[in-house]
Amino acid sequence: MSEFLISITPIDWLLDPLTHEFMRRALMVSALVGGVCGLLSCYMTLKGWALMGDAVSHAVMPGVVVAYALGLPFSLGAFVFGVGSVTLIGFIKQKSRIKEDTVIGLVFTGFFALGIVLVSKIKSNIDLMQILFGSPLGISQSDVKQTLIISFIVIFILLLFRKDLMLYCFDAKHARSIGINTGILHYLLLTLLSLSAVVGLQTVGIILVVAMLITPGATAYLLTDRFNTMTILAVISSSFSSVLGVYISYWSDIETGGSIVLVQTLIFLIAFLFAPKYGIFKNQSLINNG
Amino acid sequence: MNPIFKSHEKDFMRIEADQVCVDYNGTVALYDASLNLKAGSICGLVGMNGAGKSTFFKALMGFVRPSTGKIRLNGLRVNQAQKDQTVAYVPQNEGIDYAFPVSVWDVVMMGRYGAMNIFRIPRESDRRAVFHALERVDLLDLRNRPIGSLSGGQRKRAFLARAIAQRASVLLLDEPFAGVDVPTEKLMAELFLQFRQEGHTILISTHDLNHVRDFCDFVVLINKTVLAYGETSEVFTSENLHKTFGGIPPNPLSGPTSNKDFINE
Repeated sequence: MSEFLISITPIDWLLDPLTHEFMRRALMVSALVGGVCGLLSCYMTLKGWALMGDAVSHAVMPGVVVAYALGLPFSLGAFVFGVGSVTLIGFIKQKSRIKEDTVIGLVFTGFFALGIVLVSKIKSNIDLMQILFGSPLGISQSDVKQTLIISFIVIFILLLFRKDLMLYCFDAKHARSIGINTGILHYLLLTLLSLSAVVGLQTVGIILVVAMLITPGATAYLLTDRFNTMTILAVISSSFSSVLGVYISYWSDIETGGSIVLVQTLIFLIAFLFAPKYGIFKNQSLINNG
Repeated sequence: MNPIFKSHEKDFMRIEADQVCVDYNGTVALYDASLNLKAGSICGLVGMNGAGKSTFFKALMGFVRPSTGKIRLNGLRVNQAQKDQTVAYVPQNEGIDYAFPVSVWDVVMMGRYGAMNIFRIPRESDRRAVFHALERVDLLDLRNRPIGSLSGGQRKRAFLARAIAQRASVLLLDEPFAGVDVPTEKLMAELFLQFRQEGHTILISTHDLNHVRDFCDFVVLINKTVLAYGETSEVFTSENLHKTFGGIPPNPLSGPTSNKDFINE
């Protein structure tokens, strides 16, 4: 492969994969999913919901298995279990003296274990590896359709309630005092999280989807003091990582999910080191000038 | 005496709390708390930590539902008053994430959200309200700065501006003078007096007795219930304060205060 790599030009590197139908599909889906998760990741990082993202993304596992076994859309099962896990977390937290992070860890591992048991018990053509690690290169036409629909729903709601959700993350008390129903916003955000986890696991799998839900937001957060700029940067870096990850995966024959998340992590590290204002090697003159 | 006090609004009740009780899962936080505040008054809510000051605030803002008793703001139920943008809450600095990527302008604009349509697209009138509010707290020059880059006093002023932009008639302020610099303290005291003149009603939660004596018309002394309530000069007796603080008032009752000169107009 490596001697092969030397002989191709960058143009070929970019264009060759596009001659395959499955690659065009994978790139399109990955870019879209990257954008959706990137947009949501801003709210997750600002609200401090990284652990919640981890929980929900793992908790959808049994839902996916059950849905496949019953021949239902996988997104439906994932959504039901995603929202169910969140409700359960809230319920246990309220009814016991256990701290929230413990409850979250407890519930999502329980759901995840249930999913793994179900996979081994229900004899079907479900590929555990595909659920755990994603497989955008092998995504089916019907899965593409589901992903498109869910993605557009999430984007639409996020754009519509952009300011309310931002206010909810920043100052929920004020939101409530001006008559905004923060309870609805709370569950709206959790629902969007479940839906994003569902589309995210298409490309990077259940185990890594949490990276899609926090890393782009964290990267963008280091680069700007403006909320709108932050969302744009998160979407761009996330979509770019997804596309580049798929390309690298194609040419180097490595796991796609891992490749996408590694690109994201690399971009985060660059921001962490060199962000103009908040990086380790920040531009001192910029800070002195405000 | 300024003219607004003599107007027809003189006796209009902005805050009416009648025998309010609040309990959290059976633990009583506040009982039998009654309070009536008319338009154009400043009232200090004084008590120790855990005496129920924040519970009272929460009840007035509709964050906790009283188990018994009733609350009316401008004659409306609390949830209706919220929708009417009646109440503005100015938080303590500690309760806010100052690393949040918003500018001072954005924060003050949040005061207008309740009056905007569902898309929260600012109209010209909203922008004018924000501009005007920033002007009043003297933060216009810093409007494009991230909220986190402001000093403690400037942050406080930014949230005060948000309340001004909201055009709420009832202002609830949580420890407004904690950790602010002298210019901010002076500016806020001036603003409070202007608010009173404009017919606002201000409730200040504090344990700083000097500020209460300086410009609160009324005082509520609170320790799980309203111990004493009335005009500052009558309520502020050493006996009442003793009851409130259990014999340890946090500040001496006498002695010069920093802002006397401009309070006494």
